[in-house]
Amino acid sequence: MKEWLKKYWKTLNRPSVHFSLGFLTLGGFIAGIIFWGGFNTAMEYTNTQQFCTGCHEMRDNVYAELKETIHYSNRSGVRAKCSDCHVPHDWTYKMARKMAASKEVWGKIFGTINTREKFLENRRRLAEHEWSRLKANNSRECRNCHEFDYMDFTRQSKRASEMHSTALASGEKTCIDCHKGIAHELPDMSGVEGW
Amino acid sequence: MKQLILLASIVLSMSLGMNTQADIDQGHIANARGNTSVASSSKPPAMPPVVNTDIKQKRDYPMQPPLIPHKTDHYQVDANANKCMACHSRRQTEESQAPMVSVTHYMDRDGNFLAEVSPRRYFCNQCHVTQTNAKPLMENTFVDMDTLLEQSLKEKSQ
Repeated sequence: MKEWLKKYWKTLNRPSVHFSLGFLTLGGFIAGIIFWGGFNTAMEYTNTQQFCTGCHEMRDNVYAELKETIHYSNRSGVRAKCSDCHVPHDWTYKMARKMAASKEVWGKIFGTINTREKFLENRRRLAEHEWSRLKANNSRECRNCHEFDYMDFTRQSKRASEMHSTALASGEKTCIDCHKGIAHELPDMSGVEGW
Repeated sequence: MKQLILLASIVLSMSLGMNTQADIDQGHIANARGNTSVASSSKPPAMPPVVNTDIKQKRDYPMQPPLIPHKTDHYQVDANANKCMACHSRRQTEESQAPMVSVTHYMDRDGNFLAEVSPRRYFCNQCHVTQTNAKPLMENTFVDMDTLLEQSLKEKSQ
């Protein structure tokens, strides 16, 4: 193993004999574009609705519920797809979330929620993951569209503007504290703060 | 005799059926389809928006379940969660400033007070409803108790 590593280190450490510097830099640059582009394209593919609903776990449970809500079906035709809320848009946070999401591949392989019953059993646990994620990042994914500074309180209902101009404005509460279960059905809420 | 009754009932039912059909055709009797023929489909009326003013409405009689003055779209009320109670339960009213559900909702049928809303009062929409600005299909001639009392007092004094 050590010998093998040494051999490779020697090859890498020695200047190129057969290829010109221009070929190597340009070739490296082009290869970099292809790999980087390919990587991002593949990652973007995992952000599509088609990918998310490719498995029955998502299609028959959470996606079916989303279809009835305002985030999917509304007058203005703006639609939030899975990744708009569940994957950060910022690259650094997105990478972190994608790495964390590799656990979901494990779940898929071992069938953690591969029946409706298993899904319902796990719903509270899964929901709590999302609640705590959004609580910790101050509902960042909500704010990608619902920017606080852009809100016109005069166009909101009395109740909404009262809540938003006090609790939300002061930072005492964040979106997810009150708006749980807006895109999917709620699990058993006993013991959850505010329920 | 039996035959006569049978004949009479057949004639009666036929004439009843004919009358009903004729009335529907002339628009005398409103049914769900209106005057639309069976083979065609009518354009559904536009859905009126729900009143969302957050202003309490007067009750027409003391026992009337209060009307909901706000939208309740997609409020989940089932075994897992009760969205209404996230504001209207005793615990939440200070924060939400929403009216607390009346104490009768905490009573079981024997009049014992429970810690949580009684299961028989759990499903809010059984009694409490939102309102729309839709024009009523039929004129409402309801007169409330106060008006009746005033009328009777007037009649007495006359």
